[in-house]
Amino acid sequence: MRDRVLQAAVAAVVALLPAIVPGYYLYVLTLGMIWAVAAVGLNVLTGFTGQISIGHAGFVGIGAYTSALLALKVGWPFWMTLPAAGFLTAATGWLLGVPALRLSGPYLAIATLGFGTAVSQVLLKWERLTGGYMGLKPPRPSLGSWTLAGDTALYYLTAGVLASMTLAATNLVRSPVGRAFVAVRDSEAAAQASGIDPARTKTLAFAVSAFYAGIAGALYAHMVGYVSPSDFNLLISIFLMSAIVIGGLASIPGSVAGAVVLTVGFQLLSGVRDLRTVVYGLALVLTVIFIPGGLWRATARWRAAGRQRIMVRPSVVEKDHAAS
Amino acid sequence: MRLVADLIVGGLAAGALYGLMALGLVLIYKTTDVVNFGHADMAMLSTFIAYALHVQAGWALVPAVFGAVAFAALLGVLMERAVMKPARDRKATVLGLVVATLGMALILNGTAGIIWGHDVKSFPYVASGAPLQVGGVVIPRDQIFNLAVGVGLAAGLHSFFRFSNVGVAMRATISNRTAASLMGIPVSRMFVLSWAIGAALGAVAGMLAAPTLFLEPNRMVDLLIKGFAAAVLGGFTSMPGAVVGGLGLGLLENFVGAYVSLDLKDTFAFLLIVVVLAVRPEGLLGRPVRKRV
Repeated sequence: MRDRVLQAAVAAVVALLPAIVPGYYLYVLTLGMIWAVAAVGLNVLTGFTGQISIGHAGFVGIGAYTSALLALKVGWPFWMTLPAAGFLTAATGWLLGVPALRLSGPYLAIATLGFGTAVSQVLLKWERLTGGYMGLKPPRPSLGSWTLAGDTALYYLTAGVLASMTLAATNLVRSPVGRAFVAVRDSEAAAQASGIDPARTKTLAFAVSAFYAGIAGALYAHMVGYVSPSDFNLLISIFLMSAIVIGGLASIPGSVAGAVVLTVGFQLLSGVRDLRTVVYGLALVLTVIFIPGGLWRATARWRAAGRQRIMVRPSVVEKDHAAS
Repeated sequence: MRLVADLIVGGLAAGALYGLMALGLVLIYKTTDVVNFGHADMAMLSTFIAYALHVQAGWALVPAVFGAVAFAALLGVLMERAVMKPARDRKATVLGLVVATLGMALILNGTAGIIWGHDVKSFPYVASGAPLQVGGVVIPRDQIFNLAVGVGLAAGLHSFFRFSNVGVAMRATISNRTAASLMGIPVSRMFVLSWAIGAALGAVAGMLAAPTLFLEPNRMVDLLIKGFAAAVLGGFTSMPGAVVGGLGLGLLENFVGAYVSLDLKDTFAFLLIVVVLAVRPEGLLGRPVRKRV
């Protein structure tokens, strides 16, 4: 019951914000919600399935460039480029998931780190297609002759996409597929003994997670109206990882809250970049040491308690990753 | 023919630095089970210390370099004591430990940016002078020096592990932590020592790479990925493997750059990581890792 009240309150606040908040902050909030889509996806992979990715900005970049190029070179409208970006990125995620199957823990972290840097380098070097460091200027989202140009319209569009993708993720992690994700995370052997195919489950998690990143990338490209390879570098991958670690691993609302709060902070501190880097680093280290479950769970006591029945354990990666 | 010789020498010289990065990463991983994503930023900050001592405080280059190595070792001790140990004591997961090293990387990176800014600075070669001629092949002195330092440090580390008591104690810690501590080896001090040595090796690599990479807080990320690629190529659990992996990566990358595409040179490290991990996860010299259930 209190859940429903909380959800209704959040929905009301989100719907009414444009009336109160001035344009620039609305833009920042929209940006936060876009990164929240990517963070939810990353949490499906890392928090629920236990597969580390430190190259997730690479997926976001692939989605952003797919959507931008389809709009600019082929002339597709936004409502077609958005799902196209999602599905193409999902396919990439599935492909990366195949070699990643044999890796766990730190090895996977290294491979995905390499993937992320490789994507931004390819985007930079493949100038004929991507425009190199000059970047691309994709058009604003439009539906027929109606162009969503204003901050408010883009805000509602993003809020709508985020709400539906959050709902989908919440349902997914409670479905048999989501239970399989968690089972693979907690013990691959036990999952296999229960008839779950770990290989299929992991590649599926990669694909789902990349789909979210691709959608976020497409939203980002058309909302900001400009993409360049440096928008999706290692720092952004670490930023996404920070959002789910600080927000709460294996927590969907935690990822949304983490991403929105971190994005707002990121924009507010953009005048003092190096200080911001230090602050974000400190926040990461302190979270790992003192509140490994993340802020969302740390505040769970004064929210409706007793939910998240099986996902509470932040045991994310097999404990004996290298029993040698 | 001359081109091939140049490529080999240049590749080995760059590979020696990748090997040093990899050696530090592997040492820390083998002893403490942590993959240090802050390795490049620790090397970067230590190189800035050498820069501050040499250019800003007017020390001669060699004492400045040794000062920076000492700083790196202290930084390693700090990482283990102030971050990794508390995290481990609170039962942080593998992901948690990885994220903690990423957090430390950000802190060090931002600190360097606050102190020294983002203007690209030049860092002097430790070895300079006219290039040497060996049988018609022109070899710049700094390349020979890098190779000599890389191989020399690897050999020194090898004899340290082989012949000194502390080295044997560290090997004992690596092979079985519980048994080592039951035999009276101060395991947690071995952790600290491996972080100190690993960070010092990274600092040496950073200072040798700085003249060609130039000095700026974000310029050494490449070195991290190259170090990882070298370590993965060598098996990540083998210290000779890290050196061989580094030299191999340097060679391969130079030939890819010359004969395939210069643009692919940077992406190559990632491809190599993926291929090695997919085909032969134990690398060239590592032992296969079997997981107990």
